[in-house]
Amino acid sequence: MKLDSKIPEGPLAEKWSKHKFNLKLVNPANKRKYEIIVVGTGLAGASAAASLAELGYNVKAFCFQDSPRRAHSIAAQGGINAAKNYRNDGDSVYRLFYDTVKGGDYRAREGNVYRLAEVSVDIIDQCVAQGVPFAREYGGLLDNRSFGGAQVSRTFYARGQTGQQLLLGAYSALNRQIANGKVKMYNRTEMLDVVVSDGKARGIITRDLITGKIEAHSGHAVLLCTGGYGNVFFLSTNAKGSNVTAAWRAHKKGALFGNPCFTQIHPTCIPVSGDHQSKLTLMSESLRNDGRVWVPKVARPGLKAVDAAKIPEAERDYFLERKYPSFGNLVPRDVASRNAKYACDEGKGVGSGLAVFLDFADAIKRDGKKVIEAKYGNLFDMYQQITGDNPYEVPMMIFPAVHYTMGGLWVDYNLQTTVPGLYALGEANFSDHGANRLGASALMQGLADGYFVIPYTIGDYLANLGWSDKIGTDHPAFREALEGVNSRLNKLLSIKGKKTVDEFHRELGLTMWDYCGMSRTEEGLKKAKKKIQELRAEFWTNVNVLGSNNELNQELEKAGRVADFMELGELMVDDALNRSESCGGHFREESQTPDGEALRKDDEFAYVAAWEYKGDNQPEVLHKEELVFENVKLTQRSYK
Amino acid sequence: MKITLKVWRQKSKEAKGEFKTYQLDHVSQDMSFLEMFDVLNNDLVKKGEDPVAFDHDCREGICGMCSMYINGRPHGPLQTTTCQLHMRSFKDGQTITVEPWRAKAFPIIKDLVVDRSSFDRIQQAGGYISVNTGGVPDANEIAIPKKDADAAFDAAACIQCGACVAACKNSSAMLFVSAKISQYALLPQGQPERKTRAENMVAQMDAEGFGACSNTLACEAECPKGISVTNIARMNREYYVSKLSSDNV
Ligand SMILES: Cc1cc2nc3c(=O)[nH]c(=O)nc-3n(C[C@H](O)[C@H](O)[C@H](O)COP(=O)(O)OP(=O)(O)OC[C@H]3O[C@@H](n4cnc5c(N)ncnc54)[C@H](O)[C@@H]3O)c2cc1C
Ligand code: FES
Repeated sequence: MKLDSKIPEGPLAEKWSKHKFNLKLVNPANKRKYEIIVVGTGLAGASAAASLAELGYNVKAFCFQDSPRRAHSIAAQGGINAAKNYRNDGDSVYRLFYDTVKGGDYRAREGNVYRLAEVSVDIIDQCVAQGVPFAREYGGLLDNRSFGGAQVSRTFYARGQTGQQLLLGAYSALNRQIANGKVKMYNRTEMLDVVVSDGKARGIITRDLITGKIEAHSGHAVLLCTGGYGNVFFLSTNAKGSNVTAAWRAHKKGALFGNPCFTQIHPTCIPVSGDHQSKLTLMSESLRNDGRVWVPKVARPGLKAVDAAKIPEAERDYFLERKYPSFGNLVPRDVASRNAKYACDEGKGVGSGLAVFLDFADAIKRDGKKVIEAKYGNLFDMYQQITGDNPYEVPMMIFPAVHYTMGGLWVDYNLQTTVPGLYALGEANFSDHGANRLGASALMQGLADGYFVIPYTIGDYLANLGWSDKIGTDHPAFREALEGVNSRLNKLLSIKGKKTVDEFHRELGLTMWDYCGMSRTEEGLKKAKKKIQELRAEFWTNVNVLGSNNELNQELEKAGRVADFMELGELMVDDALNRSESCGGHFREESQTPDGEALRKDDEFAYVAAWEYKGDNQPEVLHKEELVFENVKLTQRSYK
Repeated sequence: MKITLKVWRQKSKEAKGEFKTYQLDHVSQDMSFLEMFDVLNNDLVKKGEDPVAFDHDCREGICGMCSMYINGRPHGPLQTTTCQLHMRSFKDGQTITVEPWRAKAFPIIKDLVVDRSSFDRIQQAGGYISVNTGGVPDANEIAIPKKDADAAFDAAACIQCGACVAACKNSSAMLFVSAKISQYALLPQGQPERKTRAENMVAQMDAEGFGACSNTLACEAECPKGISVTNIARMNREYYVSKLSSDNV
């Protein structure tokens, strides 16, 4: 298989405009003859479904929550980037492009990233027109802040709820099309397979989560907007339901999976408090603007936050400030996370041992409690609610947690996977963030894909396909997929073993975290591979899923998802093994500079690793899409 | 800590429900309320008993999916979401009663899971600004006084959990609907459809079977996001003004 990214020829700044012109159009009167299936109604899915329906296509949209408004996008806090240059501080489309390619450690496509930066400005206009209440200044114009170490202020935000407000905007547009009859919405419905026939995506198989009814839906194209797979680690900042099932089923039907090992670990999360822990809570990274990260110089096992003040200054190690004097506590996410891990590996962790302090005492002394409260009040309250500690009086404790997955289904410039007619948008695709995502850029990408890319690119496919090229749900391809889904569900229910789904999930997560988390070694990864294979074998003989298929059965839902996570986990390990360089969120201990920093190997690894499924228990086959950099010069990141 | 749980169990919408009592002996005060339910469910599965169905997703207090009626109050003793409630808010040895939201417009699906799709339908009736993707003015073309933008935001902070309905003796959805109407009424972009929006959303709210305002302010007191009842006053104003000179012709 030859991977064709379909990046248009020509100068960077003209690629997208030219491409749009060259794409075929569907005649307005014919649009209503096409049916498009959109799985997922987060930022990517809701924006796509609404925009396509506005154009006149018939859309069927699906989500597993009880309302589209609850998709995981709702939880994003910090903000969304856009190259508006409202601040007159030197921002531009080119600068946002440049920062994003560099931030992604040169593992993303220039063409895609430039387009993302280009349409970023339209996103903000669209959202404001929908009534999204972004933060404003006294003059009535939009406010911006600098985020994630960016040198310019280009982040738009809505208090600590940017994701919720953007999603409510997209959801309102979706609601309007539901009311118009152009979108048929299926809530509490989970997609369990993609139907492929004649080499093209033809529809999906779903399960009604209330009645258990398995249904077939046919369409001219299928869009997967199903989010990221951070929950393969069990503990992550993702919502509990976030899962890889849709993407994984597509992968098994022929869609290649890009860079699965690229995971982002966020440095400022609330640490694990016990075995009962079910998820991790992110604290906005803006906290590192004023908080100082430290551990005691001499290990103090079990040190509590209330006793932190007893440690004299001379006995504290402000390790980020010490190692990276010019960036200090504001080093990028991967660097901050890794160094917290090292401190804990040396036994200097505080609390449970897997935590470091984030201390606001100096900032409060310098600026006064009022100023700090104005900046971080809601975060401090949230922290106190969860931990019971008051961060105005004692330092916070933080630890890194899995937050985002840069990997995902491989897509070309049109967002099409390697299966014609099957598209992936938002966090579910691998496309724009390379090996590391910058803050405030996932919301931008999800909405760019949904509002401004797919409405153009899908037309080209549909126009070439023709509206009569569609198969009915009585076609053998549908029947076969239905049978596959049913037999898998029945299998899960029939095992009646001794361990719960969560127990398997926790074990998988620990293995992934220990060996395929913040830093990885060949030896560890090989161990992980073996462990995952054993766990998977045990799962299929010893999992206990009660109840039946024809009712609301949350254990059954989880079981299917965890089964897919196990297969994905193994592929992530394979991908991490293959990439014996350190880049972005992927740190290979064998690939370091003499002073212990990440060492990228551009000669060997400046490519996208796209994996092809070859059948159960068969090794997947690696395809390489070489990355071409015509505009940006590759340099080693340094934050010293 | 030790906790006795009395939990509403109901197989399906049609089935008759009842309280079942469970004893939990190893509850940590650092657990969230939902993590305590995870532990209960894990134990139940081990014993071969049907685990308790409950809605949840983000576990960060923002998706609005979690919805337990705890000791007679939506989301329990604190003004927060169930997922953000921690066991340190309870005493060792305490008995905790957990029920689903109860309202005619929120039929029970199973155990603690209810159907809140009526909220979606109310918004489909007019909770949007009719703009298509593309062709909109520059975001800074219309200045919005910060005061109005902030007030719109306060209303937009609603997470659609339904605690306001569960708290109200009339199962009224006025706080929810008024927050949605207010967000748009306060913004310049919301003006062109202001009247039809208020009329249509209120009509849908009534059609869904929500009750009239009880004027007890229980909704505001229980709202995890602190949505203010001043929104209800605004909605009433919006509604009567639009009725007097209806655009719905
Ligand atoms: C705590 C947190 C904070 C964040 N903060 C920021 C931030 O400040 N800025 C930023 O840019 N990014 C942020 N991110 C990242 C960003 O929020 C996500 O990457 C982005 O919202 C993903 O959007 P999406 O539309 O791709 O997927 P999601 O919002 O995850 O939506 C997935 C959709 O798919 C549906 N779905 C999934 N599987 C199935 C299936 N099998 N069948 C049917 N439906 C299915 C779900 O129901 C849902 O509707 C944050 C992430 C987290 C976890
Ligand atoms: S689970 Fe999302 S608000 Fe509680």
